[in-house]
Amino acid sequence: MSAVMTIEELRNGLAWRKNLDKAFVVAGLLILMSCLGLLALLFVDLVRDGAARFGWDFLTQFPSRKAERAGILSAWVGTSMIMLVTAVVALPVGVAAAIYLEEYAPKNWFTGVIEINVTNLAGVPSIVYGLLALGLFVYKFGFGQSVLSAGLTLALLILPIIIVGTREALRAVPKAIREAAYGLGATRWEVTKDHVLPYSTGGILTGLILGLSRAIGETAPIITIGALSFIAFLPDPPISGAFPFVNFAWLKSEFTAMPIQIFNWISRPDQAFQQNAAAAAAILLAMTLAMNAVAIWIRYRFRKKINW
Amino acid sequence: MNTNVVHKAESPRLAIALEERRALRANQAKAIAEKLDFWYGTNQALKNINLVIPENQVTALIGPSGCGKSTFLRCFNRMHDLQADTRYSGSIVLHPESVNLVGKEVDPIEVRMRIGMVFQKPNPFPKTVFENVAYGLRLRGFSNRTDLAERVEKALRGAAIWDEVKDRLSDSALALSGGQMQRLCIARALATEPEILLFDEPTSALDPIATAKIEELITELRQRVTILIVTHNMQQAARVSDFTAFMYLGELVEVDATSKIFTNPSKKATEDYITGRYG
Ligand SMILES: Nc1ncnc2c1ncn2[C@@H]1O[C@H](COP(=O)(O)OP(=O)(O)OP(=O)(O)O)[C@@H](O)[C@H]1O
Ligand SMILES: [Mg+2]
Repeated sequence: MSAVMTIEELRNGLAWRKNLDKAFVVAGLLILMSCLGLLALLFVDLVRDGAARFGWDFLTQFPSRKAERAGILSAWVGTSMIMLVTAVVALPVGVAAAIYLEEYAPKNWFTGVIEINVTNLAGVPSIVYGLLALGLFVYKFGFGQSVLSAGLTLALLILPIIIVGTREALRAVPKAIREAAYGLGATRWEVTKDHVLPYSTGGILTGLILGLSRAIGETAPIITIGALSFIAFLPDPPISGAFPFVNFAWLKSEFTAMPIQIFNWISRPDQAFQQNAAAAAAILLAMTLAMNAVAIWIRYRFRKKINW
Repeated sequence: MNTNVVHKAESPRLAIALEERRALRANQAKAIAEKLDFWYGTNQALKNINLVIPENQVTALIGPSGCGKSTFLRCFNRMHDLQADTRYSGSIVLHPESVNLVGKEVDPIEVRMRIGMVFQKPNPFPKTVFENVAYGLRLRGFSNRTDLAERVEKALRGAAIWDEVKDRLSDSALALSGGQMQRLCIARALATEPEILLFDEPTSALDPIATAKIEELITELRQRVTILIVTHNMQQAARVSDFTAFMYLGELVEVDATSKIFTNPSKKATEDYITGRYG
């Protein structure tokens, strides 16, 4: 028997509070469903519009003046190469920056300013990165309107995402684990390399993929640095069967990318090209979703292995 | 060595301990804290601590929560250096070389390589059992596989866990039970043969059976290594330690042979605390 109220009062009060709880669940689910529903609708719409164009040919043909002959070969190859450069550049730089800020930097006004700026960088409009890259990579460094310039630009763009994501992952490693390693006589670098980094790999890779899925759809910055919309050749593949097995000529190659190709098709009056655009957009969206799925899978794998 | 630790108060250990205490003034001290002060920022957590840590003995630190036991313990392996804005003054001189463990000129990593620590909550690395124990050795440049395997086995035996894990050396350490994890952490600390082993409430997260195993282990270990243990459990202090130091509000109130502290403390505050009348 409760001292402050009768059992009926207690039950009535509890019922009301539990109803509030349910109301929140319902509201949350509704909002979530409408967001997901909208995305699904968009995707279905794109697939329906582009249905006629899906097929092997669409993936293996270069762009063409004839809509029914045009494909996205140079676009998806270009996008893949750009993403490769972006990942290879942004991952080490972003992770190193995050390690410095999280593990090494003294807490003073200077690192405070850096931290605020890193967060602010995430909010800079992407076209500004495009302008920066045009001046810096394309002209100043003479990289030209190339895969390299595009990859570097998008790497800049997603650096803040990777830095913030990595810092969160590093921070999730418990203090007790660091103390255990320090206690055995490890240096700061040994603690980082032997423990903190390996245990936060899942979070870091998740951050990278989220960054890449942001980059893959970016159009403005790569238009700014001069992506072409009509490319009817492929650069030399980065890996070959003969010595020296890798080549870097593709870095200097001119390029197009998925969003550019879509943008180009959509701006044509011919209805047939609209179909191409829809099909390409559906494929781009699928690529993004697939990357996110990989991120989720990685996070799940690592969580299962390491649960503190 | 006396391993009958259950009823110290009734054993003739009191006389022995006093004798030992006299002897260690001469040269059996493993470490001596002198005029040790410690600050977290402007908050002085340790005030003028003077304490002799006798070699190959167990010294227990007791006192109410927040009195500075952990803070004192962590001075011995310079754990505080990891936190910004902390400051030591005074000394903890480690013998026989007479290095001042808290001296600015002494490298904290060197200190941690000589003095091991076992923490309150078992904190094994999410690696294999073997790699947990081998890590300290790898840091020191050991890489020969048979050598490593031998030393890992020795440490695991030393921590009384070999029989339980010998078939699971390549399993994740996170799959062990809490008590096993804590003994694994002891093995990890033992592998590098530290001169002093610090324990900060090593059994407070464990059940009575696991606790008993660890206590038994500590009693065995004292033959080889100097031990400093923080505990909230009076019976535990009485069971495992040779000397007990009572701290209060950052100061060392009293230190004496454990049997003396628990039967006939000379300070009123100590008596109040051990009889549960504190606060
Ligand atoms: N990391 C820290 N930063 C600042 N102050 C601290 C820190 N750790 C402890 N203190 C302060 O120092 C004093 C001593 O704390 P300490 O942890 O050494 O106590 P303790 O005797 O180990 O207590 P407990 O028995 O609860 O573990 C307390 O007043 C505490 O608030
Ligand atoms: Mg403590």
